[in-house]
Amino acid sequence: MEELICITCPKGCTLQVEVEQGKVKSITGNSCPRGIVYAENEILHPMRMITSTVRIDGASIARCPVMTSKPVPKEKIFDIMHEIEQIRVNAPVQMNQILKENLCGLDIHLIATRTLNKK
Amino acid sequence: MRKHELVIIGAGAAGLSCALASYHAGIKDILILEKEEDAGGILNQCIHTGFGLHTFKEELSGPAYAQRCIDLLSKTSVQIQCSTMVLSVTKEKQLVCSSSQYGLETIQAKAIVFATGCRERSRGAIQIPGSRPAGVLTAGAAQRYLNLDGWMCGKKVIILGSGDIGLIMARRMTLEGAKVVAVAELMPYSNGLPRNIKQCLDDFDIPLYLSHTIVKIEGKDRVSGVVLSQVDEHLQPISGSEKHFDVDTVLLSVGLIPENTLLEQAGAQLHPKTRGPVVDERCMTSLDGIFACGNSLHVHDLVDFVFAEGQRAGYAAAEYLKKTYMDCNVIMVRPEGNISYVLPQKLHTSDTKLLYRVKTPMKNAELILMSKDKVLKRVRKVSLIPSIMEEIAVTKELLQDCDEELIVEVKPWKN
Repeated sequence: MEELICITCPKGCTLQVEVEQGKVKSITGNSCPRGIVYAENEILHPMRMITSTVRIDGASIARCPVMTSKPVPKEKIFDIMHEIEQIRVNAPVQMNQILKENLCGLDIHLIATRTLNKK
Repeated sequence: MRKHELVIIGAGAAGLSCALASYHAGIKDILILEKEEDAGGILNQCIHTGFGLHTFKEELSGPAYAQRCIDLLSKTSVQIQCSTMVLSVTKEKQLVCSSSQYGLETIQAKAIVFATGCRERSRGAIQIPGSRPAGVLTAGAAQRYLNLDGWMCGKKVIILGSGDIGLIMARRMTLEGAKVVAVAELMPYSNGLPRNIKQCLDDFDIPLYLSHTIVKIEGKDRVSGVVLSQVDEHLQPISGSEKHFDVDTVLLSVGLIPENTLLEQAGAQLHPKTRGPVVDERCMTSLDGIFACGNSLHVHDLVDFVFAEGQRAGYAAAEYLKKTYMDCNVIMVRPEGNISYVLPQKLHTSDTKLLYRVKTPMKNAELILMSKDKVLKRVRKVSLIPSIMEEIAVTKELLQDCDEELIVEVKPWKN
């Protein structure tokens, strides 16, 4: 029996996961279906959302906040961060605008999380 | 002199939700004053996700959450005036403020809501011995530099305090290439959410030292190292337990204090424990027609709770302006034993809820509401920790059975 803290939302449920021969047998302690998905991934292939910023020119602030379109494999976090570092954009940027497609060749995009108008 | 029905100070989550609620309750002439260049408050620098699950049923980043609120307000007659600093407020509801747009001016309001947020405790507040080099920052200041301005404040970092901002910054600095050598926490438990311990520290193998504190900061111009020491049950450093770390930066995440300078000057009664004003269930302070909500009232765990409180204050301010509120008996609320604080501190006989925090963690406990010796309500609590704000509903009927004082207490559960 493995114990995990679900990181999907701030509630942070404690999940009990029964693993047998590398396979998830049962999950308890979750208070929503997302806990099941999290626990399965966490045992077999941990995934994380990445949030960061990219340089933006011409806006009222110097950085545009961004996030990945979906969780990324945990072991790819620093490769993706390296790619995010190279990106520069110009204002205006709309919230939910895709700033870069297929990060690290994965089917994951980089999305702006704020509207920044031209100053 | 400009006149407005309702003036809200602060365009963060609390101020924006307050304006929305008040507008939908029928108040059309609302002005929000914001000192920053953009609305959104602290959300703008909280670029991580996890916000909005209660309010918007979606997981949003901080800036996206703020944007949602701003977009909703853009469809209303609510005005947001940014780059404006409020300098003073009187109990007659006159505000003096300065901005490059209008210069120095006085605004007369019929009701005011304070949504001024909170400040971080700094090095001075916790008195760390040692020299005073550059490189000692609060976690929130480092977050602002990094996420809005794009400046990294250090390469080798130690974080004191395991509150959520400290944990989030441990991950953020690591992602941006810094080495976070440790997070130290004075208490034997963390004040951060369990999920943040997992995804911000465990994911990156950052050690968490519980019952530890920094006893010395070294360095002449720039921090060159710190000495960490274990503390005993009285929180005093234990001699011989010192560990040395080579770092160039110390981030402090050692608590937040509601920002109430203006409200205090206006003459509102403040509470010594929350450091926010004393309020009733309408969020009204001891000054008639002056309300407070969000982190300036008390420090919240989740922005969704701030949003909800802003709505409550906004609705109450609208009721006040429409004069639809009937005054009735006042019940004082008093925390006992392991209860750190309860809000509101004053109640009228109406359906409402109480918010409270415990002082130290408790397992298998029960929350008891009492009036004199009479038990009015008991609720079993499996686990209570200081970092999680709890709530309990109280009904009008229950309060009718209450004397002029309602006592809130927590005790070990006995069937």
